[in-house]
Amino acid sequence: MFRFAIKMLFGDSAKFYGILLGLGFASLLIAQQASIFVGLISRTFAFIGEVGHVDLWVFDPTQSYVDEPKPLRTTALDRVRGVTGVEWAAPLYKGLLVATLPDGSRQVCDVLGIDDDTLAGGPVEIVSGSLADLRLPDAVMAEVGSSQQRLKFPAELPPGAVPAPGQKFDPLGPKRAVEIGDIIELNERRARVVGLVKCAETFVPAPTLYTVYSRAITFAPPSRRVMSAVLVKAAPDVTPATLAQRIRDETGLAALTPSEYSERTLGYWLRETGIPINFGIAIALGFFVGVAIAGQMFYNFTLDNLRYFGAFKAMGASTRTLLGMVALQALVAGVLGLGLGLGAVSVFGLNASGGKLAFKMLWQIPLIAAAAVLIICVFASVISMWKVIRLDPADVFKGA
Amino acid sequence: MSTQHTIVEAHPIAIRLRNVTKTFGRGESAVAALRGIDIDIPAGELTMLVGPSGCGKTTLISILAGLLARDGGELRVFGQDLATLKRDRLARWRRDNVGFIFQQFNLVPQLTVAENVSVPLVLQGESVASAVRRANELLETLGLEGRGKSAPLNLSGGQQQRVAIARALIHDPRLLVCDEPTSALDAELGRRVMELIRGRSTSPDRAVVVVTHDDRIFHLADSIAHLDDGRIDQLHRVPRDTPARAAH
Repeated sequence: MFRFAIKMLFGDSAKFYGILLGLGFASLLIAQQASIFVGLISRTFAFIGEVGHVDLWVFDPTQSYVDEPKPLRTTALDRVRGVTGVEWAAPLYKGLLVATLPDGSRQVCDVLGIDDDTLAGGPVEIVSGSLADLRLPDAVMAEVGSSQQRLKFPAELPPGAVPAPGQKFDPLGPKRAVEIGDIIELNERRARVVGLVKCAETFVPAPTLYTVYSRAITFAPPSRRVMSAVLVKAAPDVTPATLAQRIRDETGLAALTPSEYSERTLGYWLRETGIPINFGIAIALGFFVGVAIAGQMFYNFTLDNLRYFGAFKAMGASTRTLLGMVALQALVAGVLGLGLGLGAVSVFGLNASGGKLAFKMLWQIPLIAAAAVLIICVFASVISMWKVIRLDPADVFKGA
Repeated sequence: MSTQHTIVEAHPIAIRLRNVTKTFGRGESAVAALRGIDIDIPAGELTMLVGPSGCGKTTLISILAGLLARDGGELRVFGQDLATLKRDRLARWRRDNVGFIFQQFNLVPQLTVAENVSVPLVLQGESVASAVRRANELLETLGLEGRGKSAPLNLSGGQQQRVAIARALIHDPRLLVCDEPTSALDAELGRRVMELIRGRSTSPDRAVVVVTHDDRIFHLADSIAHLDDGRIDQLHRVPRDTPARAAH
């Protein structure tokens, strides 16, 4: 009878495709919105992952997330270096500074100052130039190729050219991307682009500029506290967790592994912002659309077939057999609808990768979508089953 | 006080009803559908249940086919007291012993003709392939050769009714219950359908019960029970030698 159940499902093509589209659309909406949510929220801690070869991040204990640096005194670096088990410790500057471009336009940049000696915390991918060139006078390396890179120069200005006093540029004129040799101003101090780098997409909608720590603090507004964090490498004979506890105990600063710091940052954005709620609403909408469309169509499908189920019941089919038929129909529709939706999300994700749209489909997301579709199918089949259970086989003689 | 109606024939009794009652609803809204039915339906015969709408015909065939539980009285179908069977066993009893021909045919449009016919065998546990093969063989004997793979909706009304008959007969049931089998058919098709059904009733261990309003087929019955207001008020034996009967 289960083979007949499948034929009954596929045979009513209008309803079948309606159910399929409803479930497909629901799983599409759920998986796509969840993937965008994960992609977007992953950007909040993407910078932490960018800084390689670091065992611990040391920072102000009141700091909630990585893009909200609470500057430390310079002495913090020495205190951390004095903790037993620290192989090396390097300062890090991270701050938003205003850059002035040759045409007079201003652009907020995310300036990162890395250790002058070791260059620890430098960019992962260098497109052109050398990291060592950061030690040259006024040197910065500029981010290219990301959605947030907006360092656009007037096209007619040759690389390295400095506009003459009073020279005017048409702000609406043609633009070109930043190149090696370009000159910009950071807080009225000269900076020269010596290299181009690629960075992970972060939550800060500003292009990233790398420079050495000593220069970064000259770009930054004067302050007694300028160091954003201390990057620490643990000695081989001590675990990062043990060392983190020692640093916390001896300096009073927060010390977390990169994954712990990522979780702390993620937790802040989840708790303190409306992002989860907004995406949660979209995901819930997908679920309820699925319930409303697919559930209703499946229920109607069962209602349309009720007289045949009644005839089967009269002919001796047990209620268990009929419920099995309904459950199988719901399962097949659910699996196909889920496949359709996830396939569409995958195509969407492939096209979206590398673009402005944040998209990251973790392996858990298809499972969540599957669970949601399963709930929709169970809901739809249960209300349909209720009609089948209550079906009086004698009704088949009433011409229903 | 019910009046017992017995068809005096040599055949053994297939179905025995004694003071069978059935009421729908409760209290003031209660409607008595059967008010004490007494009848013996012999095996090897075709019995028709006739009467005005609402007289209890459908309720009566539903009860004697095991689809509906009676409220009171006694019912034995081929010796089996259906009230002693629990729901699952009753479903199995119907599966093995009863063939149904519905007024609306109730052929599943998404299944082929042969698959529709094979349903009772599949319910009995036979494989679909084997059941469909047997269904095609039976369809041939009913003049529907080569139509096994057709969709039911592509057949004429008479052909659909023959498919419904094939479905009712394929598992060789002892009791065949027919609800208005000719109501959707013209006179000629109705006659041919009734021939098929009547042919079934001649076996001594079988019985056929037909609910009908169609007086064109009354002469094909061995007996006709007339119901009115939940009771059998007349039980009529059809003479064997009527001209119409003789023509068959």
